[in-house]
Amino acid sequence: MTDGDLILNCENVVVDYDGFKALNNCNFSVHYNELRVVIGPNGAGKTTLLDVICGKTNPASGKVIFEKGVNLVGKNAEDITKLGVGRKFQAPSIYGNLSVWQNLDLSVKRASKGVFPTLMGRSSPAERERIDETLGTIGLSDYAYDRAGSLSHGQKQWLEIGMVILQDPLLLLVDEPVAGMSDKETEQTGRLLTALSEKQAIVVIEHDMDFVRQIARIVTVLAEGTVICEGTVEKVQADDHVREIYLGRAKVAH
Amino acid sequence: MPEQAVARQDSRETLSFYVVGALFLIVVPLLNVLPAEDSWLHISDFRLNQFGKFLAFAILALGLDLIWGYCGVLSLGQGVFFGFGAYCMGMYLSLQIGKESVYGSELPDFMVWTQVKELPLFWYPFKNFIGGFLGAMLVPMLFATIFGFLAFRSRIKGVYFAIITQALAFAAWLVFNRNETRLGGTNGLTDFKQLLGFRLSDPSTQRGLYILTVLALAASYMLCRWIVASRAGNVLIAIRDSESRVTFSGYTPWKYKLFVFVVAAGLAGLAGMLYVPQVGIITPAQIGVLPSLEVVIWVAVGGRGTLIGAILGAVAVNYGRSVLTNYFPEAWPFILGGLFVVVVTMFPDGLVGMIRKLSDRKKTPSPLIKAEGSTAA
Amino acid sequence: MSLAGIPRKLLVLVVLLLSVLGLCLQSALAADEADHIASTVVSSADPIEQALLDVKSEDAAVRSKAVALLIEKGDASLIPKLDAIRAEADRAIRVAIKPVIDLLKNRANLTSEQSDTRRSAAADLVGTGRPEAITWLEQAAAKEPVWWVKYTMEESAQLIQLRSEDQAVQLVAVKKLGELRSQNGLSALKEFVEAGAQSGATNEQRALAEAAQTSVERIDSWSRWASVMETLFRGVSLSSILLIMSLGLAIVFGLMGVINMAHGELMMIGAYATFVTQQAFIAWFSPEMFDWYFPVALPVAFVTAAAFGWVLEATVIRFLYGRLLETLLATWGVSLILMQAARVYFGDLTAVIAPQALRGGAQVMVGVYLPYNRIFIIVLSTICVLGIYFLLFRSNLGIRVRSVTQNRNMSACLGIPTRKVDSYTFAFASGLAGIAGWALTMVGNVDPGLGQNYIVDSFMVVVTGGVGKLAGTIWASLGIGGLNKLIEPVSGAVYGKVFILVGVILFLQWRPQGLFAAKGRNADA
Repeated sequence: MTDGDLILNCENVVVDYDGFKALNNCNFSVHYNELRVVIGPNGAGKTTLLDVICGKTNPASGKVIFEKGVNLVGKNAEDITKLGVGRKFQAPSIYGNLSVWQNLDLSVKRASKGVFPTLMGRSSPAERERIDETLGTIGLSDYAYDRAGSLSHGQKQWLEIGMVILQDPLLLLVDEPVAGMSDKETEQTGRLLTALSEKQAIVVIEHDMDFVRQIARIVTVLAEGTVICEGTVEKVQADDHVREIYLGRAKVAH
Repeated sequence: MPEQAVARQDSRETLSFYVVGALFLIVVPLLNVLPAEDSWLHISDFRLNQFGKFLAFAILALGLDLIWGYCGVLSLGQGVFFGFGAYCMGMYLSLQIGKESVYGSELPDFMVWTQVKELPLFWYPFKNFIGGFLGAMLVPMLFATIFGFLAFRSRIKGVYFAIITQALAFAAWLVFNRNETRLGGTNGLTDFKQLLGFRLSDPSTQRGLYILTVLALAASYMLCRWIVASRAGNVLIAIRDSESRVTFSGYTPWKYKLFVFVVAAGLAGLAGMLYVPQVGIITPAQIGVLPSLEVVIWVAVGGRGTLIGAILGAVAVNYGRSVLTNYFPEAWPFILGGLFVVVVTMFPDGLVGMIRKLSDRKKTPSPLIKAEGSTAA
Repeated sequence: MSLAGIPRKLLVLVVLLLSVLGLCLQSALAADEADHIASTVVSSADPIEQALLDVKSEDAAVRSKAVALLIEKGDASLIPKLDAIRAEADRAIRVAIKPVIDLLKNRANLTSEQSDTRRSAAADLVGTGRPEAITWLEQAAAKEPVWWVKYTMEESAQLIQLRSEDQAVQLVAVKKLGELRSQNGLSALKEFVEAGAQSGATNEQRALAEAAQTSVERIDSWSRWASVMETLFRGVSLSSILLIMSLGLAIVFGLMGVINMAHGELMMIGAYATFVTQQAFIAWFSPEMFDWYFPVALPVAFVTAAAFGWVLEATVIRFLYGRLLETLLATWGVSLILMQAARVYFGDLTAVIAPQALRGGAQVMVGVYLPYNRIFIIVLSTICVLGIYFLLFRSNLGIRVRSVTQNRNMSACLGIPTRKVDSYTFAFASGLAGIAGWALTMVGNVDPGLGQNYIVDSFMVVVTGGVGKLAGTIWASLGIGGLNKLIEPVSGAVYGKVFILVGVILFLQWRPQGLFAAKGRNADA
């Protein structure tokens, strides 16, 4: 795997909500093992972009090429997941009535997730080991048999990250992972994502610029449904166009 | 594995399962046979038969609990599947009447009234017991497969699914009421005489049917336990909690829903099959909108999402009904309606939930067993 | 053909609905016509008196001569006398007199003040088959102001002509009946066709058959038309019933996220409120005032149902916001209680008598009869839709309701009393159910099961229409109502419902969120 290979390439993606173009000819690509941060003002289409990639939203036109030429457009969410795209939602999306351990167990990548194999399936020792290991990674070893619903907000966010990790995705889509976290939790999350990016490509949507500076190598700026700038944090912050968008909006707000 | 809390819960449930199971399977029939009729310990044939009916309802409730309590999909059409099972068995029993019928014809009485000269073709498989038995299981499951496939695949969810299944119950009720469907119209199927050569009027046959029902309930319970304890059971709960997360974990939720829906339909069919010979009649009134909703209230009263709760609820509500309708026949709809309101607004976890809360507070060991014992007596 | 009668009737309906101005609903009671006419006729003693004696004769020939004379010369004033004779006479004489009495009665009724009486007299005269009746009918038709009565008179005259001995006359009648698109002449015409087709038929019979064939075809093609019209009307009528019931449901479902299974019982409450108002009028007001009960019952039904709804919201629903399935179950419990309460208190069957203005119907064309009560419901549901539209989308109250729907917390921050908005919205929707119940008393009995009869259908409407869209509810009720009436003649009512269910399921395959699903930006809002 070289840096030159693209794991994801979105070409001219358009998403149209009754005349409102949430994504307007959006072109966006990610390399293998890259940690990419997407920023942009509210309504820029960041979440919609992730929705398109993971199959939650169907674009009106455009292509989303994953790995070696698989077009994700038109595929359903389960199949895209099986191809190796993992998604962490903005609001923590976990199974509140199952234990933390069960939450992770359901997420482990397995050969088949059909009804009957799942009915008969028992976790193999290797799988258990991986789950325990992940519990350590996300810092929830002490809570393995607690109801997931009883965790704190930050712990739920981590649990969901852990669930996505166990899917062994080639590409991990993470939507605002640190929203509502304390500074310490934010920092830990940053380290976790950085560590993960050694094995898989990650796209993170974030607002918190301190956090962005902590983890980002390359930042993509999205506004009004298109990519307007891409580069290092310093480059992006120096970009006039980007300043105009953020500061211009700020002016309007005053 | 150190899933101690869960394990403790499990062993407690297993224990109560054996205790209550033995009570129903051995003690109750013995109390029917052994004590003198005027003894306070004696359980009359009538009572025993009634318990048999309640336990058949409990099987129906288990199915609904699986799909509603665990998977969060409210089906208001379980009465239809119960009806399919009951009618299939009823058709077999009707054909067993033979020459003993009022008109002395080989055909069931209602066919004689409605001028049907020949047995309709779809009645033929029910000439023997195997046909009746298989029909009672497979017809509901097949129907559930088709209906569920259409409904779940197109992502009809939540309240939409509830309304569609209610319409199904309504439509089925209308159709079964028609004479030209050759199922006895409003009067349904009745006047059964014998089952596999056993006279249904004989108390020992009824005792046998009771024991059979207890065994069927135990088997159904174990089946449900196995499903719920498996990883697929966790997927069901996961679907209830966050369906989109399940999708993004690589599962296909509609297939799981379809699976439990079909299992629930099979259990409903089994319940219907056991109900008919014990009660001796099946009419469209048993499969309409209201009977289907009553199943929901049993499960809600007992405690949705716990298998014990479904059984407890079915037995408790029906027992309460049989007692109350005796004394205040007009009051039952008020009580049933009131139960709906009170349970839903104030006790969403039902009896089991209340008991658990009490036991958690007082830390007294296994009050579950006690509670079940008391309803059974 | 004059259609003048109908718009005026519609106007009357509208006036009634709005209960703005008083309109005199007094029924012009059928007066004792016989007396009225008797006073205008001077009986010319002798031949008739003689005939009255002769009918009692034992001799059949004398009798029939007397009967012929009485029919030709007699009038309604003779009816009491004939009745007296008949009461004492033996069977043969009674049989002879019966047609005389019928003829004279019907003849007198041809000039009755009631158009319905005139019309049925004209129709009854056909059965007597007496050629004398032709002139009476023609004379009456010439003076007749109501087209439908006039039509019946002409049709009856031709039907009697059909039995003439003279084939030329028959031929004219056959053609005339074709022109009139006479439904009643169809069987007689078909007989002519059959007679002409037989091997031994004469040339005249053949000619007659040919003419009859043309007429039959004309009538048939017309009646196809008419049945299309009637099916359409029945469809619209059922749709409007569904619509008026679904509106309240759609509002609480779409705006408040509540499935109200007790909606049908709130309708039932509206219907009982109408019934109670009627009983109060019977007990406390003079009979002339009776018809006023109906407009008075409108606010009564609305307020009663709204009050029940308000209580329901305050005691049950407000604990369940955001838990759709729970609202469904709890309100189902409430519906059981209300239904049983009605059963215990009112018993099983009570009916409301429609006010004069809503009885009967309008014959808009041959073979198409539109009952006023149905037209009334169509008009009412239209008014309700318009009213809701303006209330929700054109009034301040509506903006508040919709803002609470979209963002409860923000609305609360902006100072909108969200609790009040909730309870008012629910009470309003319940009031709508009350109005629906009020209207439904015009098309059916008032019984505890009233709500149950329609609830499943109206939920199908809401589901098919899509949540929270007024347009969806309207289209879905038109679709389901129309389809129901379209399928019904082919498959019967029961299978019609089954087909509709299958249809809705298949439809949801295509559009799981219903016709007008909120999507995209709207879904986020």
